[in-house]
Amino acid sequence: MTLSVRAWLQREAFTLDVDIGLPREGVTSLFGRSGCGKTTLLRIIAGLERVRGAEVRFGNEVWQERRRFVPLHRRRIGLVFQEHSLLPHLSVRGNLLYGYKRTPKEIRRLHLREATDMLGIGELLDRPIDQLSGGQRQRVSLGRALLTSPQLLLLDEPMAALDTQTKREIMPFLSRMASEAQVPIVLVTHAPDEVERLADRVVFMRDGRVECSESLRQALARPDSPLFADDGAASVLEGVLGPVNEHGLRPFGVESARLWLPSEDSVPSGQPLRVRILARDVSLALDDPRRISIQNHLRVTIERIGPPRDGRSVVATRTADQQLLLAEVTPWAVQKLGLEPGMEPFALIKSVALMG
Amino acid sequence: MLGLGPADWQAIELTFKLCLYTTIILLILATPVAWWLANGRSAARVAVQSVVALPLVLPPTVLGFYLLIVLGPRGFVGGTLESIGLHHLAFTFEGILVASVLSSMPFAVQPLTEAFNNLGRRPVEVASSLGAGLWDRFFTVILPLTRGGFVVAATLTFAHTVGEFGVILMLGGSIPGETKVLSVLIYDHAEAMNYEAAHRLSLMLVIFAFLTLFVVYSITRRFRVAKV
Repeated sequence: MTLSVRAWLQREAFTLDVDIGLPREGVTSLFGRSGCGKTTLLRIIAGLERVRGAEVRFGNEVWQERRRFVPLHRRRIGLVFQEHSLLPHLSVRGNLLYGYKRTPKEIRRLHLREATDMLGIGELLDRPIDQLSGGQRQRVSLGRALLTSPQLLLLDEPMAALDTQTKREIMPFLSRMASEAQVPIVLVTHAPDEVERLADRVVFMRDGRVECSESLRQALARPDSPLFADDGAASVLEGVLGPVNEHGLRPFGVESARLWLPSEDSVPSGQPLRVRILARDVSLALDDPRRISIQNHLRVTIERIGPPRDGRSVVATRTADQQLLLAEVTPWAVQKLGLEPGMEPFALIKSVALMG
Repeated sequence: MLGLGPADWQAIELTFKLCLYTTIILLILATPVAWWLANGRSAARVAVQSVVALPLVLPPTVLGFYLLIVLGPRGFVGGTLESIGLHHLAFTFEGILVASVLSSMPFAVQPLTEAFNNLGRRPVEVASSLGAGLWDRFFTVILPLTRGGFVVAATLTFAHTVGEFGVILMLGGSIPGETKVLSVLIYDHAEAMNYEAAHRLSLMLVIFAFLTLFVVYSITRRFRVAKV
């Protein structure tokens, strides 16, 4: 816990009151609805919002305390905003190098070539920025931030302005960056799928306060998690994707808990990935049905059966490799099948979303 | 040349000098003021905005009258200057320079404020996060992106100072080579019934003013289009 922030701020009807510590590694997501204060908190960390009395520390560095205030350009923070943050009077190359040139040689860890390769923007270098698509712009913004070799990356809803297609195009770059860049990342978002795909830790915010801060695993283990507010409960399984077989399917995960996914050519084999499975796409059966169109049948162990809510219960199960898989069934089905903890039914999984 | 006499040339040179100095001083002064007006959060902004715009609505004689009092030998500024062995500022070039700076202030501050408003905070925040300090940000991001605003501010300030009359007459009188600028000279020519000389200079100013406004409006137009 080495990025700590304490701040109190009153602005018209809005009050921000936070006192949190965040790990200085991995991806921490600030999650909440619009207006919950997550962007303000990010701006306080960045030093863009100078709130009186706030305290911000990063490791041994004091960024803000009493009269002491380190301005943003001395904090070595990479910032990526929602949209339109490229400098319009510079080309792609000019944007990428703006921060690189201002980074002392001895602390540069990444160079232009590596950044453009990693983000696939090598061919855009000499374009003016008004000729880029939304996705390309965001990749250039990411590259530009990384090229300053920052000690902290702050991403303020970097995908909120992108359409679903473009978002799918950007996501792999972001998760690659998260795993390769070796920089702690704070990601502000209101999209559960971004958290589930990218985050290691989630800070839930509401009405200017931190509701709770927990690991992604913990956040996904409780059925009332705010991450489930829109799509209902969901599980995230981790595994490695294999090569395409003769039926056009790719294996995912260990053999005892294997899922088959429709071919996604863009994703290379052999990398650790996450898949997202909505609980409402998982049914439970006592026998393994053979004559059924659903491909993925896993033997699971029931751990807990949640209380009925809106006419449905969320059943928490463990796969053979001990990963949590949630299934949504009606209380009537629980009764009819006699489901109880310890039983080993088959989970029939209708749909799996690959998250890279 | 052009049928102008030495007194005319002297006035043209003086006017040019006054306008040039006023423009340079105002661009330096107006930039931070306009930035603060565009980006500040202080409640005092409206008050400052109103004070800056005062010369637009006050009769120039009012401004000139107060400046005469303040800058004159017994005024706060003039008196202080006298007491440290310097000369007071009434009826001097320095005096009308101060007057021009004040009365042309809105013509520099307003276009810059608008340019900074259009720019928004994002480019500056981005530049900070990329390690650029204050001056670095100003010269590599703010200035290139608000160039149009600076050109408009400079042109309007210059042109408005050419047209300065009331304040200068009140504070500077009509001293050749010191305070007798074109507008005052034209007045003197007309007073002396020398209509031909007044006409030559007046026509020059009409053409100059038209060209200036033409340039400003074409820049403003291009500037807007480029923003979209």
